[in-house]
Amino acid sequence: MTQHVSPPRDGTGKAAPVDAPPAWRVRLGRADVRTLTLLGVLAVLVLIGGITQPDSFLDTRNLQLVLTQASVIGVVTVGMTFVIVSGGIDLSVGAIVALASVWATTVATQEYGFFGILFTAIVVGVGCGLVNGVLIAFGQMVPFIATLAMLASARGLALQITDGRTQVVTVSSVLDLGERDAYVLGIPPLVLVFAAVTVIGWLVLNRTTFGRRTVAVGGNAEAARLAGIDVRRQRLYLYLLSGLCCGIAAFLLIVLAGSGQNTNGNLYELDAIAAAIIGGTLLTGGRGHILGSVLGVLIFTTITNIFALNNLQTDVQQIAKGAIIVAAVLVQRRTASTH
Amino acid sequence: MAPEPPLLSMSGITKSFPGVRALDGVDLDVQAGEVHCLLGQNGAGKSTLIKVLAGAHQPDTGTIRWRGEEVTLRSPIAAMRLGIATIYQELDLVEHLSVAENVHLGHEPTAAGFVVRGRAAKESTAALLKRLGHPEVDPGRLVGDLSAAQQQIVSMARALSHDVRLIVMDEPSAALDPDEVDNLFRIVADLTADGVAVVYISHRLEEIRRIGDRVTVLKDGRAVARGLPAESTPTREVVALMTGRNVEYVFPERPIAPPAAEPVLSVRGLARHGEFAPLDLEVRPGEIVGLAGLVGSGRSEILETVYGARKASAGQVLVDGRPLRPGSVRAAVRAGLGLAPEERKAQALLMLESVTRNVSVSAMSRFSRGGWIDRGAELGAARKATRELSLRPDNPSVPVRTLSGGNQQKAVLARWLLRGCKVLLLDEPTRGVDVGARAELYAVIRRLADEGLAVLLVSSEVPEVLGLADRVLVLREGRVVHEAPARELDEHRVLDLVMEGSPAS
Repeated sequence: MTQHVSPPRDGTGKAAPVDAPPAWRVRLGRADVRTLTLLGVLAVLVLIGGITQPDSFLDTRNLQLVLTQASVIGVVTVGMTFVIVSGGIDLSVGAIVALASVWATTVATQEYGFFGILFTAIVVGVGCGLVNGVLIAFGQMVPFIATLAMLASARGLALQITDGRTQVVTVSSVLDLGERDAYVLGIPPLVLVFAAVTVIGWLVLNRTTFGRRTVAVGGNAEAARLAGIDVRRQRLYLYLLSGLCCGIAAFLLIVLAGSGQNTNGNLYELDAIAAAIIGGTLLTGGRGHILGSVLGVLIFTTITNIFALNNLQTDVQQIAKGAIIVAAVLVQRRTASTH
Repeated sequence: MAPEPPLLSMSGITKSFPGVRALDGVDLDVQAGEVHCLLGQNGAGKSTLIKVLAGAHQPDTGTIRWRGEEVTLRSPIAAMRLGIATIYQELDLVEHLSVAENVHLGHEPTAAGFVVRGRAAKESTAALLKRLGHPEVDPGRLVGDLSAAQQQIVSMARALSHDVRLIVMDEPSAALDPDEVDNLFRIVADLTADGVAVVYISHRLEEIRRIGDRVTVLKDGRAVARGLPAESTPTREVVALMTGRNVEYVFPERPIAPPAAEPVLSVRGLARHGEFAPLDLEVRPGEIVGLAGLVGSGRSEILETVYGARKASAGQVLVDGRPLRPGSVRAAVRAGLGLAPEERKAQALLMLESVTRNVSVSAMSRFSRGGWIDRGAELGAARKATRELSLRPDNPSVPVRTLSGGNQQKAVLARWLLRGCKVLLLDEPTRGVDVGARAELYAVIRRLADEGLAVLLVSSEVPEVLGLADRVLVLREGRVVHEAPARELDEHRVLDLVMEGSPAS
């Protein structure tokens, strides 16, 4: 390993302080500073939305829509965060969402009703994750390549299933989930699912042995192996987890759109990776934050919404997104430098 | 009164990395036209020193003089401009480029400032290769298609394509056959005849005698001998400087009676092709068994094979009489083995994490239920284990990367203590540990043994093995050449065994 030129430590090395952050930051902890920064950015965005479009942006229906849209990509991002923390990457999430959503909405599947659709979406998602996981953990393939291959094949298979047609959902119990009658205290059920996935994801990453092993594998795979962790099995589980999240997201998308389409989930992989990164997850692995990822998703979705309300074109949105990614990474390097 | 100043004169060079002082006031003088050998064990500071010389690392303190003038080597380019070239052990060639392209990488002969003159590059490359005694290498071939020896020649041609006054060669002979080594020595002799200085790093002592003029020995980041005459200094003295103690360590006392219990670790006929020959050894609870040998004697490989991190080609490892599944670290850990590897940062520590999480990683089941971690219990257990080893600071929540080398090693030991392991495998346990902190680490290791752990210790420092172990196996080229209780051996005898392989001294 190359030793980068680092600031000199106390020569005898007796617990030299890494650096001296200001007192307020010590009290808060770095994670909280990052979360507060992201919340601040979100607040500023809401302010901008409220000022530029006071009527339409702050409308309850619009806010519900923003959260609902964030839910689908948000669930995918939670799974992606785990994979990135382990030092991997999953480029196939968008394609898996597409495949799961069309497989779950074929005429044959719809005959089995609500649970047929839900079950199929999840099984297809987990199945794709299994293929990714086996190729990466046991076939020793680079995650980038294995999931790139999955991206191509899953999209191809989705197109083959639909033949390019939109598969309209006729199962009313599924469609009802997206209706206003199903809202709980004004919150759409999809958003509740997203919230539940977030909470569970946070707990698993921060409070369980599974989460610890994930962090260890991403931080130093060789050290994890020599500490007695089954690195390959852990990697397999992580891609299964990402696939599971894609399956759940596919079901949410079916409810939201009332249909399944092979073009679903387009470029989700990039949005999910971008959200994880602005949320403070290291692309090199070993450190990640579920809450940061989720805030990243909310920031992106809010931007998209504000731009749409202000009739700005998608090209401007894309530029803004790119600028935010760069700004977030630069800010993080200042406030939460790790080394 | 003022003679010609040395070509290069480094003085008081200090360089620290988080947790370890890699160089601690090193001086090095190199004269034009001499072969100056740099000797030292792994981790002695050789690579850091040559990286400082190459401009890749900036020293914390110290001065570098080039032909009598003080210089700052801000970057590799700055060093190259002065005429300092470095041939690293891991060759830094681009495999997908041709020989000529590699040789001229970064200073291509150009027309109009940017058009690469391919023919000129090839011609000058061919001339360099001829000078290096390898006219058969085609400058147009891809470097990836060449043999290791030929790649080294290309690397050397690249160094010579600059106007070079000093060449640093980091273990240039490691990948070479004997007749290729002869060619290398011829090149070195040609270079020095032209007044070029060569800093030559090697583990092979006989090479140093053949081509070296003077020898500087590094140990623990200090130059323990400077500018010794290469021809007349006895090999034994050089080896003693490399492996010997430079302060009197206080080793803990051994128990009076050797432990009588049944061996907890038995190794039977364990072997790996090309690394070490069939090996038998036993370690009893309370006993420290040491493996002594130079670099390349198979020490680390043996430990890692016992641990299952490398798959044995023959033989078996038994813990409490039950054989381990070969090639499985998890089986070894479950049976009660724990390894403190040589490269702590690369192989043991999670550098982004706290001490607690580093200590708890192998024993998570002890304070979790159904995968749910009881963080209070985890912190308590980590605190107890680290206190038992007097790890400093006494706060397991600090990041492990802020600890000194000795305390990082204690964190690794605490991990296995918390796991409750029966056999501790220690690979160079005091590597990168400040000299002052070693005695404390020795005391910790002995205490763990006294509490019933079996310890298998590998060290390239002979006094360390002799002082700490109860029983010593001497290794040479992957073979056990001698086994005896530590108190029946002394440093000279072990050095003779390590070098000659025969007990005659």
